[in-house]
Amino acid sequence: MSVVLMPILVLAVAGLLFGLLLAVASKLFKVEGNPLEASIDQLLPQTQCGQCGFPGCKPYAHAVVSGEADVNHCVPGGERVMLQIADLMGVEPKAIEEEPSAPMVAFIREDECIGCTLCIKACPVDAIVGAPKQYHVVIAEDCTGCTLCVEPCPVDCIDMLQTPELLEHWSWPLPGTARAELAHERKYGHA
Amino acid sequence: MEDYLLILVSVVLVNNFVLAKFLGICPFLGVSAKTETAIGMAFAVMFVMTLASVSTWMVQHWLLQPLGLEYLQTVFFILVIASLVQLVEMVMHKTAPLLHQALGVFLPLITTNCAVLGVALLNVQKELDLFEAALYGLGAAVGFSIVLITFSGLRERLDGAPVPAAFKGSPITLITAGMMSLAFLGFSGLVKG
Repeated sequence: MSVVLMPILVLAVAGLLFGLLLAVASKLFKVEGNPLEASIDQLLPQTQCGQCGFPGCKPYAHAVVSGEADVNHCVPGGERVMLQIADLMGVEPKAIEEEPSAPMVAFIREDECIGCTLCIKACPVDAIVGAPKQYHVVIAEDCTGCTLCVEPCPVDCIDMLQTPELLEHWSWPLPGTARAELAHERKYGHA
Repeated sequence: MEDYLLILVSVVLVNNFVLAKFLGICPFLGVSAKTETAIGMAFAVMFVMTLASVSTWMVQHWLLQPLGLEYLQTVFFILVIASLVQLVEMVMHKTAPLLHQALGVFLPLITTNCAVLGVALLNVQKELDLFEAALYGLGAAVGFSIVLITFSGLRERLDGAPVPAAFKGSPITLITAGMMSLAFLGFSGLVKG
């Protein structure tokens, strides 16, 4: 009988002991991250789009907690996320930055570009190519339309253009947006 | 002293874990794309293998052998190694955050890697004493690290090399690994065992 019982007992006791050891250790050596930062990060949509101007959702959560950024920069999260973050941070809700009704891309007027590379540095998704004193070009496919490059341009040669609605990147419009209303109008005429 | 040297040379070069015993191929191919990560992995492996050698030797000689339960080796070794590495990871996270940042990602990856378990089982098979077992574990890890870091260097160079389209990516990686293994065959006459 002990031939069977002994190994079971030894293994069970050893497993229990190691389990207890780990359980105690996990309490003892717990590392405190900022719980507020973690819960804000959880609210964010985790698309890592960079439209808030930070390199991802976690950095944005960090910036909100440390007071470097306002609560209203998350474009994909929209008003709902902004309200939740404002609630968590205990600050007044702020109007969300207006979402462009149609997807926009940046366009550089090449004959005016002086090749200063400032917009290249500003682009969060590396969608602008160019070299010093050569004019720069926006890679339209990679451009998220965040408008971050417009501000730093010293000669104001960057336009935000509406992308033509092509079949290969068409998607269903989100309900309640201007685009959805436009589609409804086109289909059913004016109500 | 000569014995110890012999163990070290034998396990680092002649019976290299990756290229002669074919253990730990997964991290060898998986983490060798960049030299930087390969070095991080190498240090993590050194740490875990030495720790595993010592702890499993103790379990084997002080628990399993007296009770006549040697056949439980595999299960017990996995249990001991996995718990210890987890424990060390937690302690490290608390006390040495910088070290944890460098090794942390790799530690859970290799807890019950076949090379780590292989070291533990070979220690028993070879009937080494505690110090020899620790040395054997460290040597195995050093051998693994040398191969891993050299291989990652080779792969980084291959990225820029004009490889024919059919051989790009995995095929050329596997061919390179095979050639390295052939090259390490050259050590096989160096030490017996």
